[in-house]
Amino acid sequence: MPLVKDGQIVSDPYLRVLDDAPAPDDTAAIVPAARLLADAGELTRRAGPIGVLWPNDQTISELEPYLDKVALVALVFPNFRDGRAYSQARILRERYQFRGELRATGQVLRDQFLFLVRAGFDSFEVVKPADAQAFKDAIHRYSVFYQPAADGQLSAFRRRAIAHRTGAASPSVERVR
Amino acid sequence: MTAPQQQKLKITGPVVVTANRLGDGAVVYFTAGKKWTTRIEDAAVVSTTPAATEFLQSAIADDVGAVGPYIAPVRLEGATIKPGNLRESIRLQGPTFELPASFGI
Amino acid sequence: MYHYDDFDRTLVTERVSEFRDQVARRLSGALTEEEFKPLRLMNGVYLQLHAYMLRIAIPYGTLSSEQMRTLAHVARRYDRNYGHFTTRQNIQFNWIKLEELPDAMTDLARGGLHGMQTSGNCVRNITTDQWAGVAPDEIEDPRIWAEILRQHSTMHPEFSFLPRKFKIALTAATHDRAAIRVHDIGLRLHRNGAGETGFEVIVGGGLGRTPFVGKTIKPFLPKRDLLSYVEAVLRVYNQYGRRDNIYKARIKILVHELGAEKFGAEVDAEWQKIKDGALALDPAFAADVAARFVYPDYEKLADGPAELTQARKNDTEFERWFKNSVSSHKVDGYAIVTLSLKPEGAPPGDATAEQMDAIADLADRHSFGEIRVGHEQNLVLPHVAQRDLYALWQSLYKIGVATPNVGLVSDIIACPGLDYCSLANTRSIPVAQELTRRFGDLALAQNLGRLHINISGCINACGHHHVGHIGLLGVEKNGEEYYQITLGGKADEDARLGALLGPAVKYDDVADVVEDVVATYVELRERPDELFVDTVKRIGIEPFKERIYAAR
Repeated sequence: MPLVKDGQIVSDPYLRVLDDAPAPDDTAAIVPAARLLADAGELTRRAGPIGVLWPNDQTISELEPYLDKVALVALVFPNFRDGRAYSQARILRERYQFRGELRATGQVLRDQFLFLVRAGFDSFEVVKPADAQAFKDAIHRYSVFYQPAADGQLSAFRRRAIAHRTGAASPSVERVR
Repeated sequence: MTAPQQQKLKITGPVVVTANRLGDGAVVYFTAGKKWTTRIEDAAVVSTTPAATEFLQSAIADDVGAVGPYIAPVRLEGATIKPGNLRESIRLQGPTFELPASFGI
Repeated sequence: MYHYDDFDRTLVTERVSEFRDQVARRLSGALTEEEFKPLRLMNGVYLQLHAYMLRIAIPYGTLSSEQMRTLAHVARRYDRNYGHFTTRQNIQFNWIKLEELPDAMTDLARGGLHGMQTSGNCVRNITTDQWAGVAPDEIEDPRIWAEILRQHSTMHPEFSFLPRKFKIALTAATHDRAAIRVHDIGLRLHRNGAGETGFEVIVGGGLGRTPFVGKTIKPFLPKRDLLSYVEAVLRVYNQYGRRDNIYKARIKILVHELGAEKFGAEVDAEWQKIKDGALALDPAFAADVAARFVYPDYEKLADGPAELTQARKNDTEFERWFKNSVSSHKVDGYAIVTLSLKPEGAPPGDATAEQMDAIADLADRHSFGEIRVGHEQNLVLPHVAQRDLYALWQSLYKIGVATPNVGLVSDIIACPGLDYCSLANTRSIPVAQELTRRFGDLALAQNLGRLHINISGCINACGHHHVGHIGLLGVEKNGEEYYQITLGGKADEDARLGALLGPAVKYDDVADVVEDVVATYVELRERPDELFVDTVKRIGIEPFKERIYAAR
């Protein structure tokens, strides 16, 4: 499963550590949420960076106290239709100002990329290699966004307002008819 | 009429495998040669659960040919194959009233 | 009329190009049906019994004449020459081909039309009063707020994969013509004690398998907080709405299971964290949106011009139509005209391409090029000079949209039913057609007064049967079509669910039973102007039950 980070297909430095398997000291490791909550002290004393796989039905505020200790949060899309992790992502980025890697895992397909980027994800475990190849195209399909989100894109309203303020040619207005 | 896609497979009479063609949505039936046809008279009619299951599996495998295959009942009148219920007969023949376009103005 | 600018148009065009790519990937097999289905649904593409169906949004029910012509063109070029106006200010084409959909959408996009978010588990087309901007009983034009919500919810990065679909409706009038109490969120724009305008927020209304009238969780929300508050509602729902059972996934179930108070507290807690953030509404934003609604350059005219008075006196048929289909306008000398898409014997809400073109021409001539679509599946010309009414009526009559049955027993709301829909248990349209024949006598219908019949072909309740004065719900018994009958439902400011009359009746008997119900009402009403729904409220359902089932 290809990993896309910063728009590139890259190899994954993180090792997935199962429930109570030992986490190697100097390797980047992703542990399940329960493990992090139980062994946070021990895990974060390791030399390697620590990531957490956070389930989409567990309240994201429980993770807040640990955010300065984790380098990566992996959120889960069990299927295309289950959008709970979009809310978790925005809360992590916008409310808790989490600046580490935010990874989308599970059923991650091309047609979600843009939504994911806008919600604040910056790395993606992509199911289909062809989708990973198409990443850049997929996130550049749109040039206009109506609402502010976690990616810092200006909303259409802000862009309209700036156009008015700077006296730049305001967006041409034409009757629909 | 319980949505047929949710039905449990229990065959009690003659059935066919039907779906909608991917490109245009037309109602299609699975033939003995495992191809799709819009002609119900060319559909493969089976009456046993194993045979129906086998046809259905082949139909499902053809995800580009047709969408949402399921098993639908038919009635046999001699050599003629007729839809087995109201839903299926509407699928074959269209709505049960005159379409608005034909009202004209 | 709202005028799209470059941003709006660019987004629609980009969406079409994305969908073209998605369709190509599906046809090539790169996308499986399971992967493609949510994508096509987000663009309003369903698969029905016979073909694909395309649902196109008519945001807040406002159409320009040019957009209406675009719809006529799509009907002719890609479909079978007609379209179906729905209860949520959308239009549906029933015979569209997947292969041709990207082209159809390109043509629609040229007119600023699209199918975005008319299906799927996202925020659907925002609906409002079809008389918005012209109704004498409104405090301001609710479409500005509907448009702000439309923009905010379009391709929302967080709320495009909700547990289930999400419908928002608004009204700013005393009389609720948008059925806000049976929506996921209903917003009522009103004035508080201090004279400020803001929203009453109602959540958790809805029909379907488990109908609920919505509950008020915020009696007065300042306008600046509209987006942040709606965002908070959606965020709570996205995280806690049920995803284990499709029938329990709507927000109404969450509201019901938590209780409105607890749900409201959850929303409030979330809202406190975001209310002063990026979504706090800059008055300039609202002003910018409002500025792009252009209102007609009305002439200074007086009410009741001589031409009208004369025509009403001389032509009884016109007079009947005038009394039924013409409503007062907020500007003197103008009128709101409802075009009935419910002629006797026809499928409710359908219009042919020729009718659409003719209506577009009439809108240009008599209504400043503007048309509205209402949730009762009729059309509206919102700005007709009263002196033109007689001429307009003659033209409408010729194209078959002047049946004076608006709001009467034959103005039936019906879902597409088993004639089109793959979810349906029974047919709806032929039942509606038969009822329009039974109640075809216009004098009789007028005598019965306001009486809404709503028909749904399955429990999903697209025909809103729970809130019909008479509601019919199709159920299947041993392969045969039966109909449960409910009485006394209402969708307005006094929203209420109908009560079940008794055992379901057969397809062949349903029109007879409805006739008996109506006859019972006529017999038992206190006075000729006591409405059906008021009689049911006063005497309850028992007298109807006795009368109907004693005879059977």
